[in-house]
Amino acid sequence: MEKVHVEVNRCKGCGLCVEFCPRHCLELAAELNAIGYHPARNHDAEKCTSCALCADMCPEGAITIHRKKRSKSA
Amino acid sequence: MRDEDIAVVEEMECVFSRPEALTDKAFHYCPGCTHGIVHRLVAEMIDEFKLMDRTVGVCPVGCSVLMYDYFECDMIEASHGRAPAVATAVKRTDPNRFVFTYQGDGDLASIGMAETVHAAARGDRITIFFINNGIYGMTGGQMAPTTLIGQRATTSPSGRDERLTGAPIGICELLSSLKGVAYLARVPLTSPKNLKDARKHMRKAIRAQLEDKGLGLVEFLSTCPVQWKMEPIAAMKHIDENVVKVFPPGVFVDCVGDLQK
Ligand SMILES: Cc1ncc(C[n+]2csc(CCOP(=O)(O)OP(=O)(O)O)c2C)c(N)n1
Ligand code: SF4
Ligand code: SF4
Ligand code: SF4
Repeated sequence: MEKVHVEVNRCKGCGLCVEFCPRHCLELAAELNAIGYHPARNHDAEKCTSCALCADMCPEGAITIHRKKRSKSA
Repeated sequence: MRDEDIAVVEEMECVFSRPEALTDKAFHYCPGCTHGIVHRLVAEMIDEFKLMDRTVGVCPVGCSVLMYDYFECDMIEASHGRAPAVATAVKRTDPNRFVFTYQGDGDLASIGMAETVHAAARGDRITIFFINNGIYGMTGGQMAPTTLIGQRATTSPSGRDERLTGAPIGICELLSSLKGVAYLARVPLTSPKNLKDARKHMRKAIRAQLEDKGLGLVEFLSTCPVQWKMEPIAAMKHIDENVVKVFPPGVFVDCVGDLQK
């Protein structure tokens, strides 16, 4: 499962998530989505910390964030 | 605990998703418009306070006129500027409801100024979310009472002239003298840190109503990238560099207090 899931056809390519990602791992795609915008995508999942700052700044509610669950085991 | 005791299992948990109080419908706002951010914050609050079943939202006239499509709770459409009067009626008829209005600066500070001031003076137990983007967005970028001096609008093409149209109205400054107001704060929507502050203010503005203290209002310094003719990121920088000088963020009234830990 991806850490950052951008609902592609909800995205309006405003770039706010790209600007506010502290790890610089988002970019706007060259291709257009169904509503005519360049959607955001996570190009460097390794660097992403699942901090969700991108999702917080998204005016479209287009981003869902997952992170690895840390569980204790014996 | 020793490090060896923690094994990182490749199981994923969701840490951020759309609030339940939002419908699935895509917002109609322009790219980068902060109306969408405030919608999500309001919905988060309805979820957090578990208010869905007893919330009535009152929509404005302005770009957010269709916001009833985006919320799962009950919503009423008020005529331009009259949302606080409609909210007052709902709250007084059924005090168990959580009643909020969502209003732009043209709606709240221009045509609806009387309703705003009198609801605040009466201390009606309603919560107002006030979107100050300094312009009339929906109708094509006319000057608002909150437009900055020198700012160009379609009705102030060479920049707002104070001699001709007066100085911007600070709603928080204006309402802070009224005894009916229990919580009043202003916050820019320009960074994740500021959104955190916005949530703190919203919680208190909601508690002002739920704890029967008085009217709560949060003013959001918002962007209108299209009518400002700025890119979304530049619009946020403009707020941080210029708008906050005229509309300083902060808490103006707090009769709510902090929750006991
Ligand atoms: C009684 C009445 N007068 C005027 C209008 C035209 N009108 C529609 S929206 C609006 C201003 C909206 O500006 P604002 O409240 O700042 O909201 P925004 O669109 O910027 O979100 C005006 C004057 C109207 N719909 N009804
Ligand atoms: S979750 Fe954090 S690190 Fe990952 S893309 Fe979003 S802002 Fe960047
Ligand atoms: S903030 Fe949201 S709408 Fe804007 S580019 Fe990123 S995902 Fe798309
Ligand atoms: S006109 Fe302005 S306030 Fe209205 S949706 Fe567009 S950017 Fe937002």
